[in-house]
Amino acid sequence: MPTKTPQTLTLGDQLKIFGRSGLEQAAWNYPRLQNLGFCYIMIPAIERLYADKADRQAAATRHLASFNTMPYMQSLITGVTLSLEEQHARGDAVSAADINAMKVGMMGSLAGVADPVWWGTWRPILSAFAASLALSGFGIVGPLVFFIAWNLVRLGFRWWAQRWGYQQGLHVIDYLGSGILQKLTLGASIVGMFVMGALVPRWVRVQLQFSWTTSTHTDYTLQKVLNQLMPGLIPLVLTLGCVWLLRHHVKPSWLLGGVLVISLVGYALGLLN
Amino acid sequence: MTGAIIAILIIAFLAGIEGVTDEWEFQQPIVACTLVGLAVGQPLSGVTLGATLQLVTLGWMNIGAAVAPDPALAAVVAAWWVSGPAHLPVAAGVILALPLAWVGQVLTRLLRHLIVPLVAQADQAAAVGDLHRITRLHLYSAALQGLRVMLPTAVLLLIPASVLRQGYQWLPTSVHGGLRVAASMLAVVSFAIVINMMATKQVWPFFFLGFALATDQHLSLIALGMIGVALALIYVSIQPTGRGPQPPTGGQSGDTTEDELDRELDDL
Repeated sequence: MPTKTPQTLTLGDQLKIFGRSGLEQAAWNYPRLQNLGFCYIMIPAIERLYADKADRQAAATRHLASFNTMPYMQSLITGVTLSLEEQHARGDAVSAADINAMKVGMMGSLAGVADPVWWGTWRPILSAFAASLALSGFGIVGPLVFFIAWNLVRLGFRWWAQRWGYQQGLHVIDYLGSGILQKLTLGASIVGMFVMGALVPRWVRVQLQFSWTTSTHTDYTLQKVLNQLMPGLIPLVLTLGCVWLLRHHVKPSWLLGGVLVISLVGYALGLLN
Repeated sequence: MTGAIIAILIIAFLAGIEGVTDEWEFQQPIVACTLVGLAVGQPLSGVTLGATLQLVTLGWMNIGAAVAPDPALAAVVAAWWVSGPAHLPVAAGVILALPLAWVGQVLTRLLRHLIVPLVAQADQAAAVGDLHRITRLHLYSAALQGLRVMLPTAVLLLIPASVLRQGYQWLPTSVHGGLRVAASMLAVVSFAIVINMMATKQVWPFFFLGFALATDQHLSLIALGMIGVALALIYVSIQPTGRGPQPPTGGQSGDTTEDELDRELDDL
């Protein structure tokens, strides 16, 4: 092995790998999850680094091992893997087992941090903002804002993460251990909770249809009273009720069905409008 | 119309790939419905359905090995029914999207099993060092994901618009009204899913802050977003990490770092 000419990845290889990373999850399967996707992404690197057929077989087989992470964080893991594969190909003291251990070590913890940030905070907020634009008269600007902002951030992050992982190698783990991820998750949860709280009164519309007459007032509707107490009180109660039910392991599909039934019955009885 | 149908099938194919890869987000209703609306020359109704449906689906996320309801099939077909010749109301489109999303979820799960023999072929290709074959196999699986949504869409496009139209008109008007109420109420479930994912004792107060401020209609969503980000920055910078001082030594071995990351995972 040490007799081989040392190979490094070119910028072109890295761009090819970056391009392939956008299909990572296409072959999602049980029970090996994103394994084929990861191997597919690594192929330009395997071609560059290993001329020997036996080495190529070993590398391809190694990257077909079970793998699953939040897809965008895969770029960071890919970057570190590229750095380690380069060292391995040069004959440095990085074994195949080390590469696998790093992948397994990073994939779970990174997914645990990245899922709430991307799927739990950024996508709901951006898409709700875009939907608000679309529904308040801006029309097609809403979808455009969503599509452009999402993909600029995603592609930028993926490229940066792959480059950074490749340059830093295993040092990435030290950075991530310094509490930065914890802060990021906490910050994202705060923004997410705040914006969800803001969306509830803005985008859940429930109009009660109760009215009654007293000796002093006429045309007294329950909705008017509630609006004076606090607008959006009923959506708030509904949301908190749904959270409570989810915490008690009621499936979201049952909640959707339940809301549908309440709406149909409520409207038919003249309670909701 | 043939052109529009071909365009819709292409959109369905893209949405099918994206429903699994989650990259360009063509499967999100706000994108998919808009594209279908454009394809049939009714962009405005497509956007309206897309935005309304987006609020209902924004909490659906594929996390770990779990499969959420799939908005891809739902968004494309519902948009055809609303913006296409059937011209169903937006509320009916939102409600009809729910069973379609469930069908999409079942198909996603199914394909995750059916694709296993293809992955086994990749193992064989790796064993003989045939890297090009691995690339091809992966692209085939992406195409299968596209067909996963395109084929059911093609079947559903065959339902004549008049049947849908008559079916909707056959429903009593009280049901029409009920559907309208439901379409504007269903977003609570998505909001609850997102909240349930992130809520800890520490961050609940921010939910109520957001709620209270948003009831003042003078604040725009951008202003609310700024307040939220500012609060988060302030809180994170003044808050001690909560699990004692950091170990003073910088260069830790990989093991302890991983343990630390795992602990963070447990907290979530």
